[in-house]
Amino acid sequence: MRAYLFVFATLLLLTGLTVTAAFIHLGAMNDVVAMTIAVTKALLVLVYFMHLRHSPGLTRLSVVVGVFWLVVLISLTMSDVATRGLLGVPGK
Amino acid sequence: MSRSHDTADHVAHQFEDAGQQFVASTFGTWLFLVTEIMFFGGLFTAYVMYRARYPEAFAHGSHHLDITLGALNTGVLIFSSFTMVTAVHSAQVGKIRRIFSALLATISLGTVFLVIKSFEYHHKLVEGLVPGPLFTYAAPDARHQELFMSAYFAMTGLHALHMIIGIGVLTWLAVQAWRGRYGAAYYTPIECAGLYWHFVDIVWIFLFPLLYLLGRS
Amino acid sequence: MERAAARTNYLNIDYGVRSWLLTLDHKRIALLYLGSITIMFFVGSIAALVIRLELLTPMGDIVQSDTYNKLFTMHGVIMVFFFLVPSIPAVFGNFLIPIMIGARDLAFPRLNLASWYIYLLGGLVTLWGLFAGGADTGWTFYTPYSTTASTTKVIPVAVGVFISGFSSILTGLNFIVTIHTMRAPGLTWFRLPLFVWAHYATSLIMILGTPVIAITLLLVALERGLHIGIFDPALGGDPLLFQHLFWFYSHPAVYIMILPSMGVVSEVIACFSQKRVFGYGFIAISSLAIALLGFLVWGHHMFVSGQSLYAALIFSVLSMAVAIPSAVKVFNWTATLYRGSIRFDAPMLFALGFIGLFTIGGLTGLFLASLGLDVHVHDTYFIVAHFHYIMVGGALMGYLGAVHFWWPKIIGRMYPEVWAKISAVIVFLGFNLTFFPQFVLGYLGMPRRYHFYPDEFQVLNVMSTAGASILGVGYLIPFLYLLWTMRYGRRVGANPWGAAGLEWQIASPPPTENFDETPIVENEAYPYPIAPEEVESVA
Repeated sequence: MRAYLFVFATLLLLTGLTVTAAFIHLGAMNDVVAMTIAVTKALLVLVYFMHLRHSPGLTRLSVVVGVFWLVVLISLTMSDVATRGLLGVPGK
Repeated sequence: MSRSHDTADHVAHQFEDAGQQFVASTFGTWLFLVTEIMFFGGLFTAYVMYRARYPEAFAHGSHHLDITLGALNTGVLIFSSFTMVTAVHSAQVGKIRRIFSALLATISLGTVFLVIKSFEYHHKLVEGLVPGPLFTYAAPDARHQELFMSAYFAMTGLHALHMIIGIGVLTWLAVQAWRGRYGAAYYTPIECAGLYWHFVDIVWIFLFPLLYLLGRS
Repeated sequence: MERAAARTNYLNIDYGVRSWLLTLDHKRIALLYLGSITIMFFVGSIAALVIRLELLTPMGDIVQSDTYNKLFTMHGVIMVFFFLVPSIPAVFGNFLIPIMIGARDLAFPRLNLASWYIYLLGGLVTLWGLFAGGADTGWTFYTPYSTTASTTKVIPVAVGVFISGFSSILTGLNFIVTIHTMRAPGLTWFRLPLFVWAHYATSLIMILGTPVIAITLLLVALERGLHIGIFDPALGGDPLLFQHLFWFYSHPAVYIMILPSMGVVSEVIACFSQKRVFGYGFIAISSLAIALLGFLVWGHHMFVSGQSLYAALIFSVLSMAVAIPSAVKVFNWTATLYRGSIRFDAPMLFALGFIGLFTIGGLTGLFLASLGLDVHVHDTYFIVAHFHYIMVGGALMGYLGAVHFWWPKIIGRMYPEVWAKISAVIVFLGFNLTFFPQFVLGYLGMPRRYHFYPDEFQVLNVMSTAGASILGVGYLIPFLYLLWTMRYGRRVGANPWGAAGLEWQIASPPPTENFDETPIVENEAYPYPIAPEEVESVA
């Protein structure tokens, strides 16, 4: 139970941190910082609140697979969007 | 984890024993959450694509959102995840009455979240920022800001729908808990509902910075 | 002489509509699905019939262009989403997986029944859209036509598909949890029938891909209904975003449609060669490889859509790679046949037909993976022929093979073998006459989705329509004799084929709980040769 309180407090702190960091000009790093904090918060919820710590390996594998598939969707889609027009040929 | 916390009279006929039922039920819930990752994932893909294309318009769009309310809502949801895990823990250690009060707290916090959200939505409506025929906001990049608002409403709207369903499920569980149905011997439904609730929290953990914190520096 | 009362089984344990509509027995749910997908198959076939009749002549004469658009849209929507995707998994997966792994039911029987009702609801909404006028966007719903310009019933058709997607997701979820957690003692992963491996891989695709098309169709409906613009270029939206999201599911969907048939083929080939499947491990892993690689190739549907050349190159290479595990399977099935004790019963004829036709379909897929060639044949009848070779020559043949192979198990009676062989041959010949000319038509330049064409294409179109009529007869005959067997078929025992697998060790039809005691598995898969049981005596 104490672990849960500690995680709860940490999550609130990280939320404050991400809001504060948003007002500091870091250029491209703003995104990186925001996402790093978000991933950290998500991991805390997953590992402690969702008991991933004590879950069977199969469950943990499922989470990894789910996240990986989302990454595939976004990155292969962006592989198109980000490389359009590089050749200077219309429509390619 | 091979804790078997379901006694024989709670074991459905297709399962060999309580342990198998618990493992299957929780694994099934996790798989469902994986499908939810992909369900929201389509929206995240749209967001990434359009933000990469129109970064300034997205930053301008983000300025329409109230950081205070957004941060407050984030805190509310995190708190509700804490009360949710308290409900599960209460069952595990046999504090039967606390299951009900923890579920009730979670439901209340979830409702607070939705109330704040509806204030935000109303505000957008009044300012002419709701995409579609009601979009009257004028700016040089209004068309692309409208895209941002579409992403905002689609993502937070889908999230809110999941909250509503979650509150419904938790309400039903709270009624069952009040009737003393759950305890250390059997609390599988609470565990599974908890997993769902935490997932909805995690989605918001990503939505908040992606939607509210753009272009603030 | 008094006849012994029929043993209690899942069919006669309870009577009445309620006992069927509220059943939790996976076997009854399988039959509920069988009825509904058969109805959907008929609806989709009628659309095909009108299309082929229209294409008998170069001018559009039977229907107007708008109607023709609606016809091929409904044919595609119904056949893909309401027939092929559920077909083998919802009927045979549901019926057989628990039995094959030694369980009493799936992990979540109520979810299973809910899946069927969700499928039904989705089907009714789509059919309502059909009869209220239909959609004319093609089954691919490309934007911005589907979201803005089309004046037809896009929303109900799309919403019906959206709803049915959840049926698919829940079925896949049920299968994965069941296979992971409920296998009988001794039944390790590499002792599982390849049918189970195939369905496991299919289920992975179902749960990872279907949610994406669900959100996409929801966005299309919202955009159309509320005039918000995510795919609308006028708002800065990108129609290609729709295509990326749509094909992210719809390409893996074709593997949802073919993998279960491959599982069927493995079972049938092994039984009718009386040999262990050659390269069991390779086929099992290939199923997973197809599921994985199948998610990485969707851009090959977008080679001429405006996708970047670099992305197109990546997708082209990956599309070549995905052919490899399929080829591995074809070689292993062939090796299974080698020196086997071959019997040509109807299921085997369908399985052999599958191997030949799937190979042709798959090889033409490689042609299409090649960027340079695809640019020329995209949106022509070459594509239509390619996917029909896989879906009809492959998946549907596999489905018919499954129907004939497991029919005696499902209803405890045998179908008439001579008629079955005749239908298999009619289907094979009719199929090739229908679709082979379409490869030529496409290569010569006839576009798909057109009902007008140049006069010089008429001969090939007439051949195709003639083939379609023969194919239709080939499908009608089994429908009739299978109905007939439900009352008059010869009763059979537990294992009329001499097949391996736990389902052949319990009675035909099986008892509701499947097994009196959970079996303990001690042998490897496919312990052939196995002798067929004597026919169960009726007296």
